[in-house]
Amino acid sequence: MRQGPAGRVSTGSAGGREPTNLGDILERVLDRGVIIAGDIRVNLLDIELLTIKLRLIIASVDTAKEMGIDWWEHDPWLSGGDRHLRAENRRLRERVAELEEGRPAHPSIEGTVEYEDEEPPRRPRTEYEEEEPPRRPRTGSTAERDRRRAARPEERRRHGR
Amino acid sequence: MAADAGTYLYAVARDAGTTLPADLTGMAGSAVRAITGSGLAAYVSTVPLDEFGEEPLRRSMEDLDWLDRTARAHHHVVEAVARLAPTVPVRLVTVYSGDDQVRALLDERHDDFEQALARVAGRREWGVKVYAGAGEGSSGDAPDEGARAASPGTAYLKRRQASLRSREEALRRAGARAEHVHDVLRSIAAASRRHRAQDPQLSGRAEGMVLNGAYLVDDDRGEEFARALEELRAQGGEIELTGPWAPYSFAVLDDPAGDVRGDGGAA
Repeated sequence: MRQGPAGRVSTGSAGGREPTNLGDILERVLDRGVIIAGDIRVNLLDIELLTIKLRLIIASVDTAKEMGIDWWEHDPWLSGGDRHLRAENRRLRERVAELEEGRPAHPSIEGTVEYEDEEPPRRPRTEYEEEEPPRRPRTGSTAERDRRRAARPEERRRHGR
Repeated sequence: MAADAGTYLYAVARDAGTTLPADLTGMAGSAVRAITGSGLAAYVSTVPLDEFGEEPLRRSMEDLDWLDRTARAHHHVVEAVARLAPTVPVRLVTVYSGDDQVRALLDERHDDFEQALARVAGRREWGVKVYAGAGEGSSGDAPDEGARAASPGTAYLKRRQASLRSREEALRRAGARAEHVHDVLRSIAAASRRHRAQDPQLSGRAEGMVLNGAYLVDDDRGEEFARALEELRAQGGEIELTGPWAPYSFAVLDDPAGDVRGDGGAA
């Protein structure tokens, strides 16, 4: 055994150790390693990977996914659509939000939802605040709404900081 | 080289005059040989184009059994070479018309390969996966706010909100743990990459993978890396280690010509 961490590996034939998890191997040989452009007879890039995708969609997406062969779905260059880019962007935004929330500098919000005067996105307050009646449809002038809001300062304080 | 044969490239390494194991075989049981030039060695096999030509590959790449065999054969050669000298693995299925093209590659891209090899020399890649732990699946003490609610509708909303909140909380905890593990290991590694988390079906684990990291570690810091990993494991949560790997995740040629993404593809 080489010096270094012991992993979930098996003994290879040549005295070294090779992981046998096919998923891990495929992940590396298909998606990593040097891509050489230039005077090449054939490489993966010549072979429209979309053909793989199409065949798998028709026949056996599950098998492919079992083996983790789904990376084209996340590769804007291979998938050619910006739908995936948008999905990726969304995931990244979520990840960033998650990270920001996870930092001690931004303690995570516990218990009551905190916000100033703005509605939290996509969350009606009725989900959280029993005391508050369901929101009436917004009728009347802006001034009227402001008056209604101003009439409930103590409630906002109770749920605020 | 016959017109019906191609040269399959597995990896490029420093030409250290190393001798491959005599019994090393590559694609479809073919012999593996070295093409040397400019102080580099390209490890190749001669492959029949009726299996490794563009058209047959189009079909074969969709045959998961074939892909399984081919991926393992490729990986087997890459690992054998990487045990002998600093090695840059090449992406699966890179086939040249003949040895002359490979010699030309070593000559033209010598400096890029040299740089890439310098980055990985004396280092191995380790894979580390972190999963959301059992305690992070759901928080057991979600208050039953629904019981005191005025109406079934409100009760439902409250229950749903509580469960969403505890799930978010659990994910946040797992995410924070992943960040911590990554930060600790990254501080020991010469380089690191975070890859996309594997699908649960691939990992064979119901818990979500929150870290799929690759770490390039100096050979003489392997013990330190192992110790750090043990300490992280002791802090709770499941951490899976794979490796050592040839430096797949760190085999990058700096030259933009080596990066085909975004330029519409390579010829």
